[in-house]
Amino acid sequence: MEKRSSLFHGLPFPTTPVLEPPSCCYSGWRENVDPQKIAFLLRKQWTLYSVTPMYKFSYGNLKEYSRLLSAFVAAEKQKGLAVEVGNDLGIKVTLSTLLGLKGTDQDQVAVLVQIASRSQLPFENAENKVVWSGWFCCISGDDLLESVPEDFTCLSLFLANGAESYTAIVGSWFQKTFDCYFSRLTISPLNLAWMAAMWTGCKVDSHMAATELVFSVPCIPQSLDISYAIHSEDAKALWDTVQKTPGEVTQEEVNLFMDCLYSHFHRHFKIHLSATRLVKVSTSIASAHCDGNIKVLD
Amino acid sequence: MSLVRPFDKLPTLNSAAILLVGTDESQQQQLAEAILKEKKNFKINIHVATSLPLPAERDHIRPRIDLIAFMINMQSKHSLRNVEASLSHMDANFFLGKVCFLITGVGRMNHCSVEMNAVRKLGNLYCSPVLFCELDSEGIRVATAQRLLRMLQICAGHMPGVSALFFSSLMKSSIDE
Repeated sequence: MEKRSSLFHGLPFPTTPVLEPPSCCYSGWRENVDPQKIAFLLRKQWTLYSVTPMYKFSYGNLKEYSRLLSAFVAAEKQKGLAVEVGNDLGIKVTLSTLLGLKGTDQDQVAVLVQIASRSQLPFENAENKVVWSGWFCCISGDDLLESVPEDFTCLSLFLANGAESYTAIVGSWFQKTFDCYFSRLTISPLNLAWMAAMWTGCKVDSHMAATELVFSVPCIPQSLDISYAIHSEDAKALWDTVQKTPGEVTQEEVNLFMDCLYSHFHRHFKIHLSATRLVKVSTSIASAHCDGNIKVLD
Repeated sequence: MSLVRPFDKLPTLNSAAILLVGTDESQQQQLAEAILKEKKNFKINIHVATSLPLPAERDHIRPRIDLIAFMINMQSKHSLRNVEASLSHMDANFFLGKVCFLITGVGRMNHCSVEMNAVRKLGNLYCSPVLFCELDSEGIRVATAQRLLRMLQICAGHMPGVSALFFSSLMKSSIDE
């Protein structure tokens, strides 16, 4: 029997990672997490990237990196523009660590990068408004961390929120400075099914939105998406009957859970959802799309 | 509904029959055409079906089936379930080398809905070769057609000294024993 429990393998290649949102039902997480500090991570759409290990990245030099990255971003943004000397675009980049977002003690501390820009209007004494955020993390990457050589820091998952142009600029700076490589992370239907099962099993205190699964129908000229919405309580009840050991999820249980949903749909609509491709999962806890976008709600 | 049996009919002189079972009919058609295009010196009958058991009405005109190829698309869990259901409608004697699994769709990992392990377990459980082929690609389709033709010749007994039972020895990996 294959077992996979509480996974956030940030493995860049060759296996595809299995993802889990930071605040899920496994108690080990909650120990060091200050809800206030990571509240800003919630309710935002994050685009996922896979990052190769970074060479000579040092947590002690975060201020220095902030300074360099600010200059780089400002320079990139000004490229091609005729700018007066001394005009400050008001862009400030900060790098900081995010404590508590670790799966095990061996994981590296998460790093947050934020780009804030000051309002251009002179009379407005506005504070810096965050226009772009990105954070690196590595959770339960034990297998990978064992084989990583000395000078490398393994923060293999990068989540970005904000303008694509900033993501590209920040990405190219990190790639140049630490000799790493960013690539878009896509989520396969198998992993999406895992997420659907795991997130359905999580207890949610606040209002429970419906669990929705979106399927894409292949082999037809116009693209057709089928959206299957289930009442959260019903989904949770089904998952509770399927899951044998709390805190552990097996492939057979995920398959059984999905098969039950498919056969229910087939009984009503005579459509085999198992012949389609799962592209999006959204529950009251989080939602994920196969293109590599996730949103954590709780 | 009748069970498909490997030895209940007499073979026809210099001919062989292959049965393709799978949910994707257009893929079956393409593979069948590729097999027919190949150069061969015996008569070949290609039967296609979406699932087993085969309808009993046409049983008397059906020739003896020498090889059954189950087609599974990794992007569709439905095709796997269909094949698993069909496998229970077969005579056990078929699994002595006259069955093989054709797995397509592995190339796009991000579209796979079937786990690799499920497919490997199927091959191990039924002691039959598992062939990975991207039937969407012309070249691989031709290569697969050639392999199937070769296997069919052996299963139909056209090769003196070589029997379908030998296929199981091809599946042993060098890691086991």
